[in-house]
Amino acid sequence: MGRRLSGFLFRHPRVRLGALLAAPLGWLVVVYLGSLFVLLLAAFWQTDEFTSEIVHTFTLDNFRTLFERDVYREVAWRTISMAALVTLADAVLAFPIAFYMARVASPRVRSLLVVAVVMPLWASYLVKAYAWRTMLATGGVLDWLLGPLGLSGPGYSMVGLWLVFTYLWLPFMILPLYVGLERIPESVFEASADLGARSFRTFSRIVLPLALPALVAGSIFTFSLTLGDYIAPGLITSEQFIGTVIYSIRGQALPLAAAYTFVPIAVMVVYLLLARRLGAFESL
Amino acid sequence: MLEKHRRWMNPAAFALLLVALAFAAASCGGDDDGDGGDEATQIEGLGSTLDEIKEKARQEGRVNLVVWAGYADKSWADQFAADTGCQVNTKDGASSDDMIDLISTGEYDGVSASGNATVRLMERGDVAPVDTDLIPNYADVQEGIKNQSYNSKDGQPYGVPHGRGPNLLVFRTDVVPPATNSWDVIWDKADPYKGKLSIYDDSIFIADAAVYLKATQPDLNITNPYELDDKQFNAAVDLLEQQAPKVGEYWPGDVAKQVQSFTNKDSVVGTTWPYQVNLLQSAKPPVPVKAVKPKEGTTGWSDTWMIYSKAKHPNCMYLWMDYIISPSAQAKVAEFFGEAPVNLGACDLTKDKSHCDNFHAADESWWKDVYYWTTPTKDCGDDRGEVCKTQEDWKAAWTEIRG
Repeated sequence: MGRRLSGFLFRHPRVRLGALLAAPLGWLVVVYLGSLFVLLLAAFWQTDEFTSEIVHTFTLDNFRTLFERDVYREVAWRTISMAALVTLADAVLAFPIAFYMARVASPRVRSLLVVAVVMPLWASYLVKAYAWRTMLATGGVLDWLLGPLGLSGPGYSMVGLWLVFTYLWLPFMILPLYVGLERIPESVFEASADLGARSFRTFSRIVLPLALPALVAGSIFTFSLTLGDYIAPGLITSEQFIGTVIYSIRGQALPLAAAYTFVPIAVMVVYLLLARRLGAFESL
Repeated sequence: MLEKHRRWMNPAAFALLLVALAFAAASCGGDDDGDGGDEATQIEGLGSTLDEIKEKARQEGRVNLVVWAGYADKSWADQFAADTGCQVNTKDGASSDDMIDLISTGEYDGVSASGNATVRLMERGDVAPVDTDLIPNYADVQEGIKNQSYNSKDGQPYGVPHGRGPNLLVFRTDVVPPATNSWDVIWDKADPYKGKLSIYDDSIFIADAAVYLKATQPDLNITNPYELDDKQFNAAVDLLEQQAPKVGEYWPGDVAKQVQSFTNKDSVVGTTWPYQVNLLQSAKPPVPVKAVKPKEGTTGWSDTWMIYSKAKHPNCMYLWMDYIISPSAQAKVAEFFGEAPVNLGACDLTKDKSHCDNFHAADESWWKDVYYWTTPTKDCGDDRGEVCKTQEDWKAAWTEIRG
């Protein structure tokens, strides 16, 4: 039986391929895409006014609400700006670190740095967020550090949240950048130097263009992770973000919450299309 | 050209996928419609006598509860497990909406629901009526709390009362004058505490603004803070929008967050449950806070343990409902959370013998200006008719207040 089966599979490569892919593909289509589809479909349903149960009647009211009420636009704008600022900060912080790791450090120091960058990912996200909450508190570590300079910490504000996000997603920017910078052949640096370019010119004309796909790849992580997060905003500020709004209305108005998810999805689709044009997917 | 073709999915295959998904979604939807409605049916698997329930509970071995934080603490849940063989597993709900969400997943056997959840739960058929003959301790529950609109339907009780308590004004005595006795410190006179207010993050908090307006702006004629017509509702929302820039933190049912903020002085005044006050005052070193029911009155809760209509462990849940209103459990619950017991037999068993007096367990006049959470509906409940704001309006307004 076993021999006949293996013989059959050997002669029919397409069946073999199908059998191999059935489980992962089934998972992807049914569980992953299926649930996403059901979620998006819910955006077109209504809720019962009294019991807040879902009524399966088609409507575009949820989208109308999103357009007509300013608050949803403001919250979306706030979230996107925060994601952009976090991405920018992470890029600025990560570049020198990644460059040092990839081009300057000795192999021993490099592996130590890789471990140091990856290490925070081993700790739970919640622990880190709560730790920052404690550090940002009035009289907390940041206040204590800045006190002698006559300053005080940012407290539970947007700046505080920006710091937390920048910290949380930094490794996701460093790692792709590190890989991207390491891939640049040594010879192009030498060629640049031979042709008389100073270090700044080498950086702006050689390193940056060659590392751009990696930078964009890293920014996909930092941008999308900030866009979707709802726990850190709730812990650090009282400002609403797309995630916190969805979280707070999901019980009462699931269809409206589902409609709102179209906003980050649309933003990410545009972002990914741009990233694809910049070649980010080749360096993932 | 060839490269380009391979990259994208064949359009026909994509269309097929979409159709398949649509079918799957439609059949899911169909299933949902079949449920609910027949709430009067007996829960499957429930014993018909107390002895039978006890026997079956031993086989079930567990009960899964959705609770307000602290409602099924080990200090009395462990005793229950030892007595009945039912292990107690809990999941904290952050708000009434959250609790409805959790119980409708079907993973839980019961819920400690407040009035703004109970009515909806009964209406949705998520919870089942209870046979109080199988809950011997029910006879000792205060009559004034039985058969209320929020825990019964058509004269049929849906669950057992848990306890009741007020939402309190809490403040740090080293910042706010200790003699403070009015909500105005979080509304009209909040400016000195700008950025240090701690406010409950749920649309039901609009009622707290209404309670204040009821006392301070009599021309609005607010009779019930949950039955607000256009004018009254807008006044409450305006008040909340004036307050919003002064709020340091909205706490979304996250008890630990509020306790930390008051400990660090990031919050100095706000609304709270007695539970957090207990935690703050018993911390080491104790945080100098005081909590009062201000002179304007307040909102509050009268909570009910309800059983999920398709509970997997109904026998354990029945025993839990009986246990939680026994005098010994009520004494622990009331002291731990800081609320009034519903079984006055508990008053002799509390550690602090004056607990029942402090929390006015038997003093109905004290509760007159405590407005228990309930679901805002279109029907104002009086001769104004169907012009009041629904909870949907409340929720939408809350999102905008939060900005």
